[in-house]
Amino acid sequence: MKLTDIQSKVDSKFFKEHQKKLYQSLEDKHTTIEELDDGDPLTSKMVLNMGPQHPATHGVLRLVLQLNGESIEKTKLDIGYLHRGVEKIAENKTYQEFMPYTDRMDYLSPYSNNVALCQAVEKLSNVEVPERAHYIRMIGAELARISSHLLWLGTMVMDAGAVSFFIWTFKEREKIYDIMDRLAGHRFTVSHARIGGVANDITDEAMGAIKEFVDTFPNELKDYHKLLDRNRIFFDRNEAVGVLKTEDALRYGATGPVLRASGFGMDIRKFEPYARYNEVEFDIPTRLEGDNLARYYVRMEEMSESIRIIKQCLDKLPKGPVRTDNAKQAYPSKDEVYYSMEGMIHDFMMTDTGICPPEGAEAYTAVESPKGELGYYIQSDGTGHPWRLKIRAPSFVNLQVLENVIDGEMVADTVVIIGGIDPVLGEADK
Amino acid sequence: MSLELSESLQKTVDALTESFSKKILDVYQSSGRTFVLVDLNSIIEISTFLKENQHFTYLADVFGIDRYTSDDRFEVVYNLISLKNGDRLFVKVRCEEENPEVDSVTSVWQSAGWNEREVYDMFGIKFNNHPDLRRIFMPEDFEYFPLRKEFPLLGIPGSIDLPNSTPDTE
Repeated sequence: MKLTDIQSKVDSKFFKEHQKKLYQSLEDKHTTIEELDDGDPLTSKMVLNMGPQHPATHGVLRLVLQLNGESIEKTKLDIGYLHRGVEKIAENKTYQEFMPYTDRMDYLSPYSNNVALCQAVEKLSNVEVPERAHYIRMIGAELARISSHLLWLGTMVMDAGAVSFFIWTFKEREKIYDIMDRLAGHRFTVSHARIGGVANDITDEAMGAIKEFVDTFPNELKDYHKLLDRNRIFFDRNEAVGVLKTEDALRYGATGPVLRASGFGMDIRKFEPYARYNEVEFDIPTRLEGDNLARYYVRMEEMSESIRIIKQCLDKLPKGPVRTDNAKQAYPSKDEVYYSMEGMIHDFMMTDTGICPPEGAEAYTAVESPKGELGYYIQSDGTGHPWRLKIRAPSFVNLQVLENVIDGEMVADTVVIIGGIDPVLGEADK
Repeated sequence: MSLELSESLQKTVDALTESFSKKILDVYQSSGRTFVLVDLNSIIEISTFLKENQHFTYLADVFGIDRYTSDDRFEVVYNLISLKNGDRLFVKVRCEEENPEVDSVTSVWQSAGWNEREVYDMFGIKFNNHPDLRRIFMPEDFEYFPLRKEFPLLGIPGSIDLPNSTPDTE
């Protein structure tokens, strides 16, 4: 099929230039493939638009697929339907004000995003974080990882055909939401971390809920394994689908579980340990196959590793303050704000100007979010607002991998492969 | 200023200054990260050297910065990881406000493709020899570059043609 055919048939109503260039770019991809004559209907090709409003694309992802019968010849991805310009917004907010926006980046694991932002700002302005706050952050981030992986598990198995599984994983996610509610005061967009520590200490109620979850969740995980590990249909749908070789994964810049399932054990928690990850023991699950089934195993094992980390954190949790006691760097505690004049002034100052890192300082820190390496680069100009804040979003780079992995697969496998890559468009589109 | 570098990173910096003495404009550290400012025209040469000889096989990110100065207004930063030595190195190039152009590093690291598209979309920096240089977040019909400092936070009214919200009244 020639480009002109697509153009005349589509007749786009808006963003005309955009659609034209997108189809042109699809046409130009792998130009070495020989074009078949489209006079014969049996050899004719079809261009299929999937998304942005499609339940299986996990958000507003649009794929333009050129099909040959049932197999995909080439694919182009169109993202940006959820672009909110958070990097621009960040330049006009104080560092603490920007935190609620990070919740809405990877909205499946808000806690990791909060921690990532805080660490970058702390690095930039040399803020010491109390020991206890580090451990609370680790507990929160690992709970967020489990929550994110549970959603992935439910939706991926649903993509493969088993709808009831979704409800079972959501039962467990609900428990994590309850824990977050007790820990941070919010169920979903938590904003619990603060620059210089965390907002509040773990309450007894939250502690009890976390302990109960840590005890009961491994049994649930066992049940999931029982249901899927010997499931013929699940295997047939996932085995040898969406294969990504190790060298390709590194070349395309894959990150997180996608990279680890391709045989490279890269994990920021080991590569550049942050918080107190160097003081707890855990393994990095890795597989060699690089197919969707490998990604399933990697994420399932990561959940048990997370439980292992949380258990160690609960044992090691030191006593002490949860936020640094320096009015120039962090919010004062609420006791101080309500009962002393200075406390109130400091609270106003923090809200109005916030923390001011040294002029010209640049910092980059990364955390291992459930999707991969989540990095924050911040450049300061000495005021309370960042001069430039860049978010290295793992879903964004993994979507680039998707564009290459999906070529040559079957149409029916697209949804399973998207499920296996597990992108979050809130993060990819910024 | 003396630099505090890990052993392997020190070797890399030494090798760079030895092989490209004139083209390395500055080496500095900030918050524990090492930044190397290099000459705009030799970015491909230096990238190839870093990848082939210094094990920087993984490109984590490419992003732009608007410095808002009269000379060398834009900066493109490459975030490189050496998986062998566990190092991270930031390579920077600077380009002019008028017609900013940088050679694309997609021939060295294929993963730069989308990142460079993002820089183009947000700052309007053109990447020479990029295989598919289109906007990535904004539609092609959009004429501005949002992360440039002169772009207003509220956006420019009427700059994006939105679809009809009531489809029946076409």
